[in-house]
Amino acid sequence: MSVLVYTENSDGKFKKSTFEAISYARAIADQNNTSLTAISIGDVSKDELALIGNYGADKILNVSNEKLKNFVNQAYASIIAEAAKKLGAAIIVLSNSFSGRGLAPCLGVKLEAGVVDGAVSLPEQGEGKFRVKKTAFSGKAFAIVELTSPKKIISLTPNSYKIVETASKASIEDFSIDVKPSDFAAVIKEIVRSTDKVSLPDADIVVSGGRGLKGPENWGMIEELAGLLGAALACSKPVSDAGWRSHSEHVGQTGIAVSPNLYIAIGISGAIQHLAGVSSSKVIVVINKDAEAPFFKVADYGIVGDAFEVVPELIKAIKEYKASA
Amino acid sequence: MKILVCISNVPDTTTKITFTDNNTQFNTNGVQFILNPYDEIALARAIELTDGGNGPVTVINVGEVNTEPTIRKALAIGATDAVRINAKPHDAWFVAFQIAQYIKANPYDLILTGRESIDYNGSKVAAMLGEFLDLPSVSIMKKLEIAGDHATVEREIEGGKEVLSIPLPFVAGAAEGVAEPKIPNMRGIMSARTKPLIVIEPVEVKTFSEVISYETPAPRGQVKLVPADDAAKLVSLLHTEARVI
Ligand SMILES: Cc1cc2nc3c(=O)[nH]c(=O)nc-3n(C[C@H](O)[C@H](O)[C@H](O)COP(=O)(O)OP(=O)(O)OC[C@H]3O[C@@H](n4cnc5c(N)ncnc54)[C@H](O)[C@@H]3O)c2cc1C
Ligand SMILES: Nc1ncnc2c1ncn2[C@@H]1O[C@H](COP(=O)(O)O)[C@@H](O)[C@H]1O
Repeated sequence: MSVLVYTENSDGKFKKSTFEAISYARAIADQNNTSLTAISIGDVSKDELALIGNYGADKILNVSNEKLKNFVNQAYASIIAEAAKKLGAAIIVLSNSFSGRGLAPCLGVKLEAGVVDGAVSLPEQGEGKFRVKKTAFSGKAFAIVELTSPKKIISLTPNSYKIVETASKASIEDFSIDVKPSDFAAVIKEIVRSTDKVSLPDADIVVSGGRGLKGPENWGMIEELAGLLGAALACSKPVSDAGWRSHSEHVGQTGIAVSPNLYIAIGISGAIQHLAGVSSSKVIVVINKDAEAPFFKVADYGIVGDAFEVVPELIKAIKEYKASA
Repeated sequence: MKILVCISNVPDTTTKITFTDNNTQFNTNGVQFILNPYDEIALARAIELTDGGNGPVTVINVGEVNTEPTIRKALAIGATDAVRINAKPHDAWFVAFQIAQYIKANPYDLILTGRESIDYNGSKVAAMLGEFLDLPSVSIMKKLEIAGDHATVEREIEGGKEVLSIPLPFVAGAAEGVAEPKIPNMRGIMSARTKPLIVIEPVEVKTFSEVISYETPAPRGQVKLVPADDAAKLVSLLHTEARVI
């Protein structure tokens, strides 16, 4: 019984959430006194692959093939499932990224395995039990899920497990599997990546703006603040509904759920649906001119004041801090 | 074109989530249940795609009789007919398995779900359905256009998007951007009462997951307020105390 971790790459590079998944899978392998194998699919350089070893994988299966350069849900799921069968892996870990969310359920069906999506901590094991905590009710609660199948799939919520570096090295093995043509039914026509932006679900820091900012023309200072902090941008639902910002920035119960180290909410009231998607952020800063805004009740730090005065001051203060650091 | 839209019955988004029985049961006391917001988007797109009578839009729900108001709401919005599989939705595997059995006997050209249900947030039903039916699936779909026997679908990826061409039939989970939810009009509400809603019994299936208990997030301490004219203080707190910058 070993552990297999799928190491997702984006354009040939591993992301932070991938290293989190490897670290998490390593800890599960240790819980079970077993080895950890990683599987990488796509066009990833040997140097990049070698990084996997730094987080505790013993062996890396490298599936490289022109047709598999970009993520194809069905094909990737077939490959990971076959690898799991060959290795006799009982626990398969992956990141609950946009792609991971498609893969995990497919793997569950292919391997007749129970699936925990969006895990936030290590499994509790013992006396034949296997329990994992995951987010539920859009971040308003957690559910403890018990998996009763011999094989188990866990997708890990980004930013919920700390990366652990080890001094180990992993061997790289080329691995190939025949994939049935019907697994390639969905054909990628185009990939659009906004490379200048920090990806929201993975971000360490998120700067978010609400209706209090009055209009899209006022996002300049929000973008400047985010740029200084290396933060991703987010917004409340009415902001994206009004077309001020793209829907891909909308966070909350019906948007993206985020759990960064720092969430800065500017001109957002803190409606329950908004909080649902952001309340698992480690530190929350709220800037709002209304001292009664509900967001202050769940904030760690707050400034009661006009965003149009506070944000430029904050930008200045961060520049000064950076200059002195 | 025949479209099937999977709908789930979830607590209203304003619900304060609490639990009973030693945190093992979701407290439904006083909770209003609604059509899952993402399923509303899927349904709205299905209606647009079949506008003018170009095929039926069936809604399907795995649920007990108490979900029927939500099913009627979907009929009022514009679904043609409805199916309820009479069972408690144990988990995504159970739900997808039941719906897959129905589809095997009643094929559709397109199967839509929401990107996730806002209660258990699995984002699993769409992909599991795809596997059970051996069809392609897209879990988080941002746009859907159909031309002939192919669809053009936009999928969300970290920091961007991907455009796919997929042959019908396939399964996809609708997210914001696919359509604007539709509000039922008077005629819709009137006709919903008489539209067909058939109830079928579930098939037996083994499942592999069990919710043992729930937890609510730990409350945060009192907020620390910083004067509006002292942004430098905030920066210093974030650096030295919170250690996040
Ligand atoms: C089914 C459903 C799902 C929903 N899902 C989501 C979701 O996923 N995400 C989400 O965000 N919302 C969601 N909502 C909407 C939610 O209920 C709120 O309406 C929304 O979050 C409010 O956005 P806001 O805080 O930007 O705007 P408002 O509520 O209008 O708040 C604006 C805030 O800005 C402050 N302000 C005004 N001017 C200034 C200034 N100059 N400086 C500083 N502060 C200022 C005000 O004091 C106020 O607190 C959902 C609603 C429904 C019904
Ligand atoms: N009980 C159910 N009956 C019918 N469809 C459901 C049910 N539960 C979930 N779904 C569908 O599956 C989607 C994703 O749900 P989930 O995988 O639970 O996040 C929802 O948006 C619905 O379209």
